[in-house]
Amino acid sequence: MTSNKLFNILVPVISVFIGLISGAIIMLAFGYNPIEGYAALWEGAFGDMYFVGETIRQVTPYILTGLAVAFAFRTGLFNIGAEGQVIVGWLAAIWVGITFDLPMYLHLPFAVVIAALAGAVWGFIPGLLKARLGVHEVIVTIMLNYVALYSSNALIRSVLSDNQDKTEKISSSASLASEWLQNLTFFSRMHYGILIALFAAVLMWFIIERTSIGYELKSVGYNKHASKYAGMNVSRNIVLAMVISGAFAGLAGSMEGLGTYGNMSVSSGFTNLGFDGIAVALLGANTAIGVILAAFLFGALKVGALNMPTEAGVPNELVDIIIALIIFFVASSYIIRWVLLRFKKGEK
Amino acid sequence: MNYEAFREVIVYENCEHYIQNIIEKQGVTMLKNRKFILLFALLLSLGLVLAACGGGEDQSGSDNEGEDEGTSEEGSSEYNVGMVTDEGGVDDKSFNQSAWEGLQAWGEEHGLSKGAGFDYAQSEDESDYLPNMTRLVRNDYDLVFGIGFLLEDAITEIAKQNPDNDFAIVDTVVEAPNVASITFAEHEGSFLTGVAAAMKTNTDKLGFVGGVDSALINKFESGFVAGAKSVNPDIEVDIQYVGNFSSAADGKLIATRMYNDGADVIYHSAGAAGNGVFAQAKDLKQKDEDREIYVIGVDRDQYEEGAIGDHNVTLTSMVKRVDTSVIEVSNQGLNGEFPGGEVLVFGLEDEGIGIAETNEEAYTEEIATAVNEWKEKIKNGDVKVPQTRDELKAFEEEL
Repeated sequence: MTSNKLFNILVPVISVFIGLISGAIIMLAFGYNPIEGYAALWEGAFGDMYFVGETIRQVTPYILTGLAVAFAFRTGLFNIGAEGQVIVGWLAAIWVGITFDLPMYLHLPFAVVIAALAGAVWGFIPGLLKARLGVHEVIVTIMLNYVALYSSNALIRSVLSDNQDKTEKISSSASLASEWLQNLTFFSRMHYGILIALFAAVLMWFIIERTSIGYELKSVGYNKHASKYAGMNVSRNIVLAMVISGAFAGLAGSMEGLGTYGNMSVSSGFTNLGFDGIAVALLGANTAIGVILAAFLFGALKVGALNMPTEAGVPNELVDIIIALIIFFVASSYIIRWVLLRFKKGEK
Repeated sequence: MNYEAFREVIVYENCEHYIQNIIEKQGVTMLKNRKFILLFALLLSLGLVLAACGGGEDQSGSDNEGEDEGTSEEGSSEYNVGMVTDEGGVDDKSFNQSAWEGLQAWGEEHGLSKGAGFDYAQSEDESDYLPNMTRLVRNDYDLVFGIGFLLEDAITEIAKQNPDNDFAIVDTVVEAPNVASITFAEHEGSFLTGVAAAMKTNTDKLGFVGGVDSALINKFESGFVAGAKSVNPDIEVDIQYVGNFSSAADGKLIATRMYNDGADVIYHSAGAAGNGVFAQAKDLKQKDEDREIYVIGVDRDQYEEGAIGDHNVTLTSMVKRVDTSVIEVSNQGLNGEFPGGEVLVFGLEDEGIGIAETNEEAYTEEIATAVNEWKEKIKNGDVKVPQTRDELKAFEEEL
C-alpha cells in the first residue's frame, strides 16, 4: 500500500513532465530552441514581481473553478457548467458592485456572497434535474453555459448599461483590488481574492474530510445505491453537491468582476475559466491541496505563455499546441496510471 | 469554440474511467496521503517563494537599465513601436493585419526588424490585453498601439501607470495626455459602399453583417443603410450581428440565411467572422456561376478573399487605412511630435477612408461615377452621413 501514496503524486507529476517534453520535441521539430522557449515561459510567469502578481491573479479563479469541479467530482457528478456559473457569479458581483452604495465592510462581502449565491442557483438547476428526473448533468450544464453567456450579454446591454458593450466600473467599496498589492507588484492586477480562494480550499477540505455532510457526499460518489441502502438521502446530496460546486464557481466569477476587471464586457465566447477548472481538478486529483498546486501550474502556463512569442520567437500557435499537449497528458493520466501499474506488476 | 468542445469530449470520455478510478484508489489512500502531499506542497511553495525572490533582484537590475536608457533617450534615435492585437489576431485579414502591415512597412523604412524595433503581441482573450501591453512597455517599447476598441480599458489603465510612455488606440477615444486616439469616418465610407450596393442589387434587398453590436459597428450600419436608401428609398437592408469578431462559422450561417432570403449584396463589418460571409458567397457562386451575388469587404481591400475560379464576389471594400495611420503616428512619435491627448480623425478627405475599385468587372463605371458624385457631396458637406441609429431615422425621414 505504501506505493499507492507515491502513485497519486507521481501520476500528475509525470503527466506534466511528459507534456513539457513533448512540447519541447515540437519546438525542436519546428526549429525553435526549447530551452529558450521554456526559459521565456518561466520568465513570463515568475520573471519579476509583475509577472508573479499576474500569475497569482490568474491562479485565483483557477483555484475556485478547480474546487468547484473537484467538489462535484467527489460526489460522482461532472460539473461542466462551472463556466456558466462563473459568468452568472461575475454578473451578480458586478450588479451588486454598481447598484448598491454601502460601506466597504458590508458592500464587499455582500457582493461576494451574492456572486456565490448566483453560482449556487446555476448549479442547483442541473442538480435538481439530475436528482428528480435523472437528466444527465453534463448535458444540462453545457446548455446552461450558453444560457448564462447569452443572457448575461443581453443583461449587460439592456439593464446594466445603456446599450454599451460593457458595464461601468464597480464602486471602490466593492473592489477587491488593492493599491498596496499593485504597487508591490509593479501594477499587476493581483488582488485580495487569492485569500478568499485559499480560504475556499480550506473550506472544501473541511467539508469533505471533517463533516458528516462531506462523508455522505463522498459516499454517494462512491456508490449511490449502497448509500441509499445505508439510509442516506441520495437526491438531497446530489443537489447539495451541485449547489456547493456552483457556489465555488460563482466565487471565481466574483474574483474576475471585483478583483481583476472591475466591470464586465459583452463577451463573444467563454472565459475558459470553467473549462480549465476541469483540467485543474483532474490534475489536482480532486483534493483541495492538489487543486491549489494544479491551479498554480495552469496559471503560470497561461500567463507565462504570453511571453514565448516576444522573448523566444515561438509563434502563438505553437504555444497553444504545447499548452494543449500538457492538458492532454494531464487529462489522460489514466494511461499513465495504467502504465505504472503494469510496470509494478512486472517487478513482482 | 472548437477547442472547448474538443476539451469537453476528451474529458468526458475520460470521466467514466476516472470516476471508477477514484472509487478504486483515491478514496482508500487519500486519508493516508496527507502528510506526503503536505510535504510536496511545502517543497513546491518554497520553490515558488525562492523564484519570486530571485526574480525580484532581476527586476531591480532591469529597472536600473530602464532608467539608464531613459536618461540617454534624447541622444539616441531609437524609438521602438509595438502593437497589441485584439482577439482577431494578426492574420485576421482585416484591421489587425492592416495595422501590422503598416507597422512592418514603418519598420522596414527605418531599417528595423521584428523583435528589434517593432513587434506585435497577440491576445487570446480579454485577460491578455493588459499583460501584453505591460510586457511591451517593460521591454522598452516607447509607443504601443492598442488595435481595436476592445482594448479601451487596457489602454486607459496602462497609460495611467506609465505616464512617460506613448500609447495609441485605434477606433475609439481614450482621454489621457499620453494617448493618441485614432478614429476613422467609417460612416462616410460605409455610405459609399451603400451607394455601390444599391446600384448593383437586382433584388432590392441588401444584407449587413456586423461583428459586435456596438457604437463603432453601428456607424458602419447607419452609413451603409443611409447610402443605400439615398439611391433607392425602397431598398430593404437585412441587418444581423454575429456577436463576435472571430467566428467565421457563425458569419457563414448568417450569410446563408441572407442570401436565401433574396439579398444579393452583403456588406460585412465583422473582422475575421466576415470571412464566413465570403466563404458562403463563394460556395454559392461555385454551385451556380450565373448567380449574381456579392460581398462588400471591410477595413482592407478584400479582393483576394472573393476570388473563386474566374469570378470574384468582392464588389468593393470599404478601405480603412489603419496601416497609414499607424505609420503616421509612429513617425510623429519618432520625430518627437507624438500627438498625445489628441483625437485623430481619418476620413474621405485625407484618403484615410476609401473605396476599393479593384474588381473592375463588377464595379462598373456607372457605379464608380455615382459613388464619386456622392463622395463629393459628403466632402462639400451637402450630405451629413448619420453615425447612429437615431441619426439614421432622422436621415430617412428627410429623404
